[in-house]
Amino acid sequence: MNGVIALLAGLIFGLGLIVGGMTNPAKVLAFLDIAGDWDPSLAFVMAGAIAVGFFAFKNIGQHSKSWSGWPIQLPATTQIDAKLVIGAVMFGAGWGLAGFCPGPAVASVLTGGSQVWMFVASMLAGMGLYTLAVRRGWL
Amino acid sequence: MTTFTPLQSLFGGLLIGFSTLLMIRLLGKIAGISGIVGQLWSAPKGDRAWRAAFVLGLVLSPLLYALLAPLPQTQIMASTPWLIVSGLLVGFGTRLGSGCTSGHGVCGLSRLSLRSLVATLTFMAVAMLVVWLVRHVLVAG
Repeated sequence: MNGVIALLAGLIFGLGLIVGGMTNPAKVLAFLDIAGDWDPSLAFVMAGAIAVGFFAFKNIGQHSKSWSGWPIQLPATTQIDAKLVIGAVMFGAGWGLAGFCPGPAVASVLTGGSQVWMFVASMLAGMGLYTLAVRRGWL
Repeated sequence: MTTFTPLQSLFGGLLIGFSTLLMIRLLGKIAGISGIVGQLWSAPKGDRAWRAAFVLGLVLSPLLYALLAPLPQTQIMASTPWLIVSGLLVGFGTRLGSGCTSGHGVCGLSRLSLRSLVATLTFMAVAMLVVWLVRHVLVAG
């Protein structure tokens, strides 16, 4: 049952990305290009998602349980450290270079063509590199 | 270059919000794509199936969309070498910074996390700066 819920949530998330225009890198870059022909659409995606998200996370305590019985896992860290900022800088640079963030890239694997595979393969390699770096104690 | 689609984008956002609601209230999980994908293999055994199911839904979503309406284009403007550099930065950066547009930008801001606000403002500003450099500074015109 939990697998079915996660599958449905993934489908709905993906539909939202497609409807919202996030799966087209040209549209994402047009949103990021405030000095050019700016397309503010993606601010509306964020607004819509947060409007519902605000209620989704309202009144959740540290020890709340979800409907499935699994504990509600909220991030424990509240510290603003160098890892957070450097990671966000790297992600922002990558996002600005091609216009893909992880969700839309994964949602375009079947329909976006071989360039999407190239991006997703590199993204997975980057993630793998991070896991390796943590395991080796480099980070 | 692209058309402004406020209502359609707002509706897309509501769907994304609804998905995060299902994830947190029914399964107790944050719908952060980089975290879900990045720990697909490295997470403990019992913690992998829901991740795989979510990712499968995400991968299959365009097929469902295509049943209802023609799929929008995927216009990729970056060349292959830059796509690879971009992918590496996105993959490593989202894991190091504990989140991306969904985990920090949607879930984090929704729960009023200061950490996520700092991350979101940072990656948005850097992405805008990179686009400005590429489009208006390095390339004349």
